[in-house]
Amino acid sequence: MTDSLVQIRQLKKNYTRGKQTVEVLHGIDLDIPRGDFVALMGPSGSGKTTLLNLIGGLDTPSSGSVSVEGRRIDQMSGGELAAWRAHHVGFVFQFYNLLPVLTAQKNVELPLLLATMGGAERARRAQVALQLVGLGDRGGHKPSELSGGQEQRVAIARALVTDPTLLICDEPTGDLDRKTADEILTLLQVLNREHGKTIVMVTHDPKAAEYATHTVHLDKGLLVDTVAAH
Amino acid sequence: MTRTGLVLANLFHRKGRTWLTLLSVVAAFTLFGLLQAVIVVFSSGADFVGTTRLITQSRVSFTNSLPMRMVPEIDAIPGVQRAMYQQWFGGVNKADNTEIFTFAVDPERLHEVYPEWVMPEEHWQAFARTRTGIIVGRQVADRTGWKVGDRIPLASNIFPQKDGSKDWEFDVVGIYDGIDEQWQAQTGGLYINHAYFAEASMFGGGLAGMFSLKIEDPGMAEAIAQTIDKRFENTADETRTMSEKDFNVNFLKQLGDIGLMLRWILFAVFFTLLLVVGNTMAQSVRERVPQFAVLKTLGFTDNAVLGFVLAETLALCAIGGLLGMAIAWFLSQGISQAAGGFLPPIILTAPVWLAGLAAIVLLSLAVGLMPALRARRLRIVDALAGR
Repeated sequence: MTDSLVQIRQLKKNYTRGKQTVEVLHGIDLDIPRGDFVALMGPSGSGKTTLLNLIGGLDTPSSGSVSVEGRRIDQMSGGELAAWRAHHVGFVFQFYNLLPVLTAQKNVELPLLLATMGGAERARRAQVALQLVGLGDRGGHKPSELSGGQEQRVAIARALVTDPTLLICDEPTGDLDRKTADEILTLLQVLNREHGKTIVMVTHDPKAAEYATHTVHLDKGLLVDTVAAH
Repeated sequence: MTRTGLVLANLFHRKGRTWLTLLSVVAAFTLFGLLQAVIVVFSSGADFVGTTRLITQSRVSFTNSLPMRMVPEIDAIPGVQRAMYQQWFGGVNKADNTEIFTFAVDPERLHEVYPEWVMPEEHWQAFARTRTGIIVGRQVADRTGWKVGDRIPLASNIFPQKDGSKDWEFDVVGIYDGIDEQWQAQTGGLYINHAYFAEASMFGGGLAGMFSLKIEDPGMAEAIAQTIDKRFENTADETRTMSEKDFNVNFLKQLGDIGLMLRWILFAVFFTLLLVVGNTMAQSVRERVPQFAVLKTLGFTDNAVLGFVLAETLALCAIGGLLGMAIAWFLSQGISQAAGGFLPPIILTAPVWLAGLAAIVLLSLAVGLMPALRARRLRIVDALAGR
């Protein structure tokens, strides 16, 4: 499947806890086409966050391969992976993980410190990203002055500001009420449909999964099925 | 938004704690700057620059007296304008049993060698012709209420009179003052007439504790000092001749190894600082583990995160250290002015500043390296999962 953005083959991941080795993923094969919006679902301990971390280059597999845009990220060194993440992946976490000492604007600018551009250009791009998520007028506010939904929008702006190929979202609505969650999911859907971002999202919430184009179910470290949205 | 901005923002993420830590760094470096400058004074070699007077004392110690027969020999050495001899009397005010700096001197030689002491000419003349005469420093006069014409009882804690009594009586013939503020601050002593002391004392009449020499040319000071010491080399009374400032430093050194004491104080201060700043940085990194994980997630390398923590520590130590050194510089100016010419000036010389900069860097590494390595080692998935 050469048109796949993400290709996963026989992916295994073991963790060592004390003297015990636990295999979390037992040989996953998965292809994610460019422009797809995939929801990873499954019970706790099924390995969905582990799979997400491996796709996002936050962790390295015990065996098997992960290719993104044809590049084997499982074979990259720590430094190469960091550089790859900086240019190709945007991350959105359940608890937003904004830096509390920085304003929204500066939080969004943060990933751009790794790019070669001037301060004015960084500020302009951050402002564009904030406008895209509907917070163009809140750039001067610190995270503590924003609501949960607004914080998550800032986190999405931070994930978008480098114009990444892939958006990795780990329970992005897990800490939000239904209404706010729907707003965030709608925003992700817009980013997917109108801006062509490929999104991989872990969620427990079936309603959240309805926003995705495909839902992949995992159970006990194995891929159970893949369901396309109606 | 810049990396420096990020470092400074993170440094003040807990403002109260950072300010308090910063204050402790400032205080420590103020002390460091001042004490280092004092150590330099105490460990520096002989300094004859700008010297107009020399002090000749026994090579062993200024507590060893020298024979008066040396006076004409020193007077005759080329470049010496006048030698003044003085003997420590060990004066005690009998009224309140307090010690007063008291020296037995030749009045004319004192007047000539120390023009910084001022009083009416008739008082100088009275001092010269009154064998039991005593001149009183302004500060002593103000404190005791002694005035010209008074007869005052003094005890000596060293020299008894020929009848065995340590009680002496003197006639106040003058109140001397300093020529300027610095000298006025040193008018806490008394001068008695050496001729009377030599005649009445049971012993020590032919001796002087040290000689103050007025010299013709400051440029010759070092050569004169060497000539004098050479002149008395291999005699029973070997001498050591130095500038007044060096004499004063050596006087203080009698208290003990001041340099060593100061170094121990600095060691204690910096050891405490190490614990305070080290604890602050360790706590700061512990609190921000998820934030470091986020930075790594965004693409900052392990070494970049290590650099951020080290930069925070360096910023903390550099801001506090340089501020402290600057305060020390201002204080040293004040101290030097207050000390007048009594001691060599306490100056934050280039080596002291360099030592300060080295201390800032070493302290930063000592307190920042462990937390920085911890931040560097963080695995993203573990840190984000709170493990």
